[in-house]
Amino acid sequence: MTRRFDPLFLYAVLFVLFLYGPMLLMPLFSLNDGNFATFPLKGFTLRHYGEMAQNTSMMTALKNSLIVGLGVSVTATALALPAALALTRYRVPAGGAILSFMMLPLVVPSIVLAVGLLIVVLRLLSLPLSLWTVAAGHLMLCIPFGMTVLMSRLEGFDKSLEEASRDLGASGWSTFRRVTLPLAAPGVISSLLLCFIISFDEFVISFFLTGTDNTLPVFLFSQLRFPNRLPGTLALGSLILVGSAVLVIVAEIVRKRGVASDNPGDI
Amino acid sequence: MTSGSARTGLSLLSPAFLVMAATLLAPVVALIVMSFWTQSGFEIDRTFTLANYSRLVEPGEGTVWYGIRFPLAYPVPAVLMVKSLAMSLVATICVIGVAWPMAYFLAFRVTRYKAMWMILLTIPFWTSYLLRVFSWKIVLGFNGAINSGLQWLGLIREPLEFLLYNPLAVMITLAHSWIAFSVLPIYVSLEKIDRTLLEAASDLGDSRWKRFRRITLPLSMPGTIAATLLVFIPTVGDYVTPTLVGGPGGTMIGSLVQQLFLRQDNAPMGAAISIVMMLIIAVLVGLFLWLIGYGRIRRRIG
Repeated sequence: MTRRFDPLFLYAVLFVLFLYGPMLLMPLFSLNDGNFATFPLKGFTLRHYGEMAQNTSMMTALKNSLIVGLGVSVTATALALPAALALTRYRVPAGGAILSFMMLPLVVPSIVLAVGLLIVVLRLLSLPLSLWTVAAGHLMLCIPFGMTVLMSRLEGFDKSLEEASRDLGASGWSTFRRVTLPLAAPGVISSLLLCFIISFDEFVISFFLTGTDNTLPVFLFSQLRFPNRLPGTLALGSLILVGSAVLVIVAEIVRKRGVASDNPGDI
Repeated sequence: MTSGSARTGLSLLSPAFLVMAATLLAPVVALIVMSFWTQSGFEIDRTFTLANYSRLVEPGEGTVWYGIRFPLAYPVPAVLMVKSLAMSLVATICVIGVAWPMAYFLAFRVTRYKAMWMILLTIPFWTSYLLRVFSWKIVLGFNGAINSGLQWLGLIREPLEFLLYNPLAVMITLAHSWIAFSVLPIYVSLEKIDRTLLEAASDLGDSRWKRFRRITLPLSMPGTIAATLLVFIPTVGDYVTPTLVGGPGGTMIGSLVQQLFLRQDNAPMGAAISIVMMLIIAVLVGLFLWLIGYGRIRRRIG
């Protein structure tokens, strides 16, 4: 089928170029054999990546971020799954109001959440700032995202399967384990991945709540002020961009698979 | 479906709810309480007072900003608040204007490779905000891509200094950072439009433009409004973008809150400003929804 040229298609291509253009400069300059992010390009090199790997404080920050990200994504998903079940399968009093409250972090500017948490930690609890306080802040950000993903998944599949399981005599727990959980699995996996990415990339809350241990974005922010550290920063930034992109693609594919196999016959 | 008792439901919900109460409700309450305290030096005085709030509206010499007079004794927060609202508003309008045709393309023109387009739009949304902002510093900087590129091509001799560290750079960066976020809500409401309505309009003699204005545009409003709010609300209080690309002229209210908490040691004033900021945003959002008749739109579309 031949179609006439669509100006909207051109618009969409330009849109994607605008969206990705600035970000793609980072990997481009990170492979350039120069110490500034300037044209003309001088030649291909991997030395910035080598320097990055030898920067121990950067590697420590990376390790901190991975630990916090893994812990937060598992905890947030473990809390969000029963909550999503409650709101989609049970008649919870004031469920709508509770849900709206829990979705607040999506619309409140994160600096407000950050300073509020800072007051609670320092003044109310008198706790020292550490990776634990950062993780608590991330948990608050991730639970609403996890619940959104899981609730749409739980609403998406045929509930008669669960009814059938109960009618055939399965207990609530075994219906959950043998019917609901396998069907919700794509949602659980994308919740885990998305919560990890949120925590791994989060800056404002980490910046306020971190003690002496930096997470990677906080470390990156501290490096941005020093022009001579630019090449290492570019290398690290590029790796983060590529890593996040891969995780998002995996999360999307898993989610799409889940939607495609909604039909009970496919299971 | 409601197959279980309310008690089971509540017990399933309560762990997540308790965590949110501790990490979201407690901080907001603490912020409110603290805004009624005062601080001098390192000492916090816990007597209840409205001093911080009255200081924000106390009349005085004042200052003039872009022809607007602020006759206040402490005009900085008011000026930054108005400036932040104006900058966010401009950025939001640009975002919606640019994102809308893209969402329309996705909903009505893309037939093949739809998943690919969706993933292309989703990736930037999930990649580090900090890095997206930083990439604009590389683009616009004194030694940045545009300047060095133009010099290399021989179009300019000296780097252009007006590109970075000003309100325009902040607005461009904000718009770019949030644009991917706004396509999806608009797309969802366009995708939901019953295609037979469009056919019916054409059959009954509406021109393409009339059909667009009377059916497509009104039915896209819930998503368009959601996208507007999703961009406007967080950008007003943004701290990263003004800090990285704003320079002294591009600071916003978020930068002031950060300074009051982490540098100037006047956390109670910072708390009061945060509360006022949230209230102003809430009132503006309410006013906006009322003005465009959001309730009516929702009822009509169902």
